Amino acid sequence: MDILNFLLEPLSYDFMVRALATTAIAAVVCAVLSCWLVLIGWSLMGDAVSHAVLPGVVLAYIVGAPFALGALVFALIAVTMIGVVRNTSRVKEDAAIGIVFTSLFALGLVLISVTPSQTDLNHIIFGNLLGVSIPDLIQVVVLGVVAFAILIFKRRDLTLYAFDPTHAHAIGLSPKRLGALLLGLLALTSVVALQTVGVVLVVAMLIIPGATAYLLTDRFSRMLVIAPVISVVCSMAGIYLSYYLDTASGAMVVVTQGAVFAVVYLFSPRQGLIGTRMARARRKRALATA
Amino acid sequence: MSHPAIVVDNVTVHYGDVLALDGASLSLDHSRICGLVGMNGSGKSTLFKTIMGMVKPDSGRVLINGHAPVKSRKEAGIGYVPQSEDVDWAFPLSVRDVVMMGRYGQLGFTRRPRKADRDAVGQALERVELSDFADRQIGQLSGGQKKRAFVARGIAQGATMMLLDEPFAGVDKRSEATITRLLRELAADGATILVSTHDLHALPQLCDEAVLLMRRVLMHGSPDMVLRPENLAMAFGLDVMNRD
Repeated sequence: MDILNFLLEPLSYDFMVRALATTAIAAVVCAVLSCWLVLIGWSLMGDAVSHAVLPGVVLAYIVGAPFALGALVFALIAVTMIGVVRNTSRVKEDAAIGIVFTSLFALGLVLISVTPSQTDLNHIIFGNLLGVSIPDLIQVVVLGVVAFAILIFKRRDLTLYAFDPTHAHAIGLSPKRLGALLLGLLALTSVVALQTVGVVLVVAMLIIPGATAYLLTDRFSRMLVIAPVISVVCSMAGIYLSYYLDTASGAMVVVTQGAVFAVVYLFSPRQGLIGTRMARARRKRALATA
Repeated sequence: MSHPAIVVDNVTVHYGDVLALDGASLSLDHSRICGLVGMNGSGKSTLFKTIMGMVKPDSGRVLINGHAPVKSRKEAGIGYVPQSEDVDWAFPLSVRDVVMMGRYGQLGFTRRPRKADRDAVGQALERVELSDFADRQIGQLSGGQKKRAFVARGIAQGATMMLLDEPFAGVDKRSEATITRLLRELAADGATILVSTHDLHALPQLCDEAVLLMRRVLMHGSPDMVLRPENLAMAFGLDVMNRD
């Protein structure tokens, strides 16, 4: 089979086209957001919020409201509860996060188990990439574009917030509001990525691309390009692999992203374990011949 | 200009059960450099954060140019040079990026810099002698250069007040002299400068006045007076005389 055929054959199926489109959008938005999450140190928060939106999504399904609305409400509840537990008891933040998000996630599972149309809702947990409907796709496009636009328009403020919230405050910006904006976008983005990889694996798409890009550059503006490019390429590769190997598509996307991170971790010329040594050896050789 | 630049009026701050500031009062005039002396936990950083409005006092108030700081803080322009430990030096930003952040308060919705902003950043970098390092990642500077980068951010901001938290920690003597000269120039231009420091030797050359802080202001006067051993003993406890 030649390479063109390899790439084109899956595209003859409408469901594959929709899967690829959905994944590409989710990959871009998640990757852009991940740049801030890994720098602020909010990876665990990303994990928490992406899990805690589950009951919100299920309740939204039951009452026929938009998923994003339910997700936002429960993201807010989760973040508030984490803050309250941390600030008003001797329990530390990581434990507070662990308690709140697992409890809310479990509540979501309970709600799914008592809601009649079970097949649909189980897809929220593991994603249902190959069953993306046209309305699903439209929702992903709308939410994705909104989240992406806000992130890009406000990128400088968000970076300032991540780097130096005290200075942000001193020049009249509100670090609290910027933090809340980022958390809100995290909730929105979680909904976008639900379709692709499901609640359980969303966090991978929210962390791995940013972390990978961080190992490749010293410029935040470049991270914002490198992360989505890596994320989209990995996601497309993951879906093609799952098509030909007949494996779970969402999981394959995450495995591919993890594999690329491992390669960068080892071979990045700036930060990589082996890459920096190779670069040093090259410089030495160049010196010796000069 | 009839009002003092900064007034801290009987400010008390708690973090949970911990008393960080206990009725601290302080008044600073324009164009002055004031050294803030006190041991760890004496409330220096809390005092800074209260002046900037990051921390709300339980009681008492802060006035900037005679007004409550909600609006006046932004108008006055408060430049802040954080302690080294408070900065993520691995953050992927260049020196120029960091200095540009000083301009954000004056920029539009997306903070896209205009030519005037790029020029202001270029001039600020020149003034702190970092023009050749503008494109380095912020963590790849020496200790003194890092401090100067943040001073440049305040200059680009057009700050009329500068708060510096331990600017001489981890800084070599030459950089210390450069920073001292720079701050003296800024004060001569009208800026009000508050510097917290452990480095008591640097105080007389740098400061017009000094404050001894131990959760409240124990003493506010000339650097020589504040540095008298019996006064330092009050702020640091008795072991100070054997230090250094």
